[in-house]
Amino acid sequence: MATRQTQLLARTLLTPAVGLLFIWMIVPLALTIYFSTLHYSLLDPGSESFVGLENFRYFLTDPAFLASLQNTLVLVGSVLALTVLLGIPLALLLDQPVIGLNIVRLMVIAPFFVMPTVSALVWKNLLMHPVSGLFAWIASLFGLTPIDWFTDAPLLAVILIVSWQWLPFATLILLTAMQSLDEEQKEAAEMDGASAVSTFIYITLPHLARPITVVILIETIFLLTVFAEIYVTTGGGPGLSTTNIAFLIYSQALIQYDVGTASAGGLVAVVIANIVAFFLVRIVGRNLEA
Amino acid sequence: MGQITLQDVQKSFGPVHIIKGADLEIADGSFVVFVGPSGCGKTTLLRLIAGLEDVSGGKILIDGKNVVDTPPAKRGLSMVFQSYALYPHMSVRGNIGFGLKMAGLAKDEINRKVEAAAATLNLTPYLDRKPRELSGGQRQRVAIGRAIVREPKAFLFDEPLSNLDAALRVQMRIEVTRLQKQLGTTAIYVTHDQVEAMTMADKIVVLNGGKIEQYGSPLDLYEKPANLFVAGFIGSPKMNFVTGEHALQKGAATIGVRPEHLKIERDGAGGWQGTIAVAEHLGSDTFLYVDAGQLGMLTARYIGELSLHAGDHVSLVPEPARIHRFDASGNAIRS
Repeated sequence: MATRQTQLLARTLLTPAVGLLFIWMIVPLALTIYFSTLHYSLLDPGSESFVGLENFRYFLTDPAFLASLQNTLVLVGSVLALTVLLGIPLALLLDQPVIGLNIVRLMVIAPFFVMPTVSALVWKNLLMHPVSGLFAWIASLFGLTPIDWFTDAPLLAVILIVSWQWLPFATLILLTAMQSLDEEQKEAAEMDGASAVSTFIYITLPHLARPITVVILIETIFLLTVFAEIYVTTGGGPGLSTTNIAFLIYSQALIQYDVGTASAGGLVAVVIANIVAFFLVRIVGRNLEA
Repeated sequence: MGQITLQDVQKSFGPVHIIKGADLEIADGSFVVFVGPSGCGKTTLLRLIAGLEDVSGGKILIDGKNVVDTPPAKRGLSMVFQSYALYPHMSVRGNIGFGLKMAGLAKDEINRKVEAAAATLNLTPYLDRKPRELSGGQRQRVAIGRAIVREPKAFLFDEPLSNLDAALRVQMRIEVTRLQKQLGTTAIYVTHDQVEAMTMADKIVVLNGGKIEQYGSPLDLYEKPANLFVAGFIGSPKMNFVTGEHALQKGAATIGVRPEHLKIERDGAGGWQGTIAVAEHLGSDTFLYVDAGQLGMLTARYIGELSLHAGDHVSLVPEPARIHRFDASGNAIRS
């Protein structure tokens, strides 16, 4: 991109792709903004009318909104904590020379490639089911009462499922980062008399600061919109206990057939995502500066 | 004190025998350089002494105590790595003080020692910078600072100057040598650069194929190479080797003459006749690469400027007292 000519050429060649992406993004956004100002119920077609910001007032004052906002933050925060805190020791283990390491690594990565719907179904029916699930069977071996996960600890159950799916991602990123740590640095620390634990704390962990930041940022983007796992397992319930913002919007649109309020909710979700991103970049983003 | 003795030290990686029995006596306070071509085992030998590799056999004695089962940190040695291996997220102060912190010293004592070390190395203005904000030479000094601050029995240097440019290398070479003399600490220095070896060492260990070929002072190696390998490795340009009739006349299988010990005669009838293939005029020296027919290519060095050019005919007369004689197995013949 050195000369004016190549710059012009680059821009010309990029234009179709950028234009397509722009339309792809702007049309749904414009429509959502438009719908959010309408009284628009699927139960009552043809009665659309302009209501201004009424939909926003309705959505934001709905008690379900605060509950689902809280659930969203708890879900995101817990999954982040679990995946990073378990990902680091897991990556350390996978960094050791073990026989059959390639197969072990493949197995560890596997959950990431399972569709969310499928993994949620497996967890719901084969693992966490209070009668026929594996966990119930293990509990009965010890003479304990099986936990009815989706009734007694529904949010925790969802957190566990989502963490299981994202743990491989965190592990993989941290593992590659660990492998890029200069061997001579570890040896220098060894010569300096650092024990394995000190080497981990003073050398490895600071080296991981940047990849941990990457994991947190990328995971947050996806965790704010968790939907399939909730839809398949709890359907947002019992009550509102596992309803997050994404699921609340879905239920506004396709359970209560209120497209107007759902659109307003969608825009609120965009704002919330931006607020979270803003704080996240402020808190952890400085690690990304070279 | 820092007296290091190696007794039949061996190292194998699987079936590959890297070090084939090294015996060495390093006196306290001396500067010893391991030199040899790449793959000769010099870095491996250093890492064995450091404890970063386990020996496959033999003993390593530091001040008379066998340390082969002692972890690196407990051997009282410190090492300067080729890549410097500075801790990138720590300041210069943190880097130099890390070993002391690990040893559990009090904070103000660490600070005092770090500042003393930094002063010795002219690093005081940079104490609070991160390694990435320093130049190559400064990073090198931080790595050295990290080594000296622990007051070790010996320094181990693993090709520490190979990442610096030529001018800086000469400067650091002098600094390292002066620092070592000033501190009086034993130093073992690995390099593939024979100029570094000759200029810095009190004693040089020439390694080849995992064996110690010769151990002696730089001038010893230059004047009395023990075998063909050392003769060819030490000295630049390389020693000329002549086999066949000329060698047999002297009662040897091979004779060697250094380029600086060949007298160049323009129209002489004696000596070795040849035609100049390339003449290099450096001002201070003149190097002649002479095609001497059956004898092969010979190199001659003249101190100062000599007005001879490619194509000129010369005869080269070796100084009789400076002819090195080697037997059929390559060992020097002393008479």
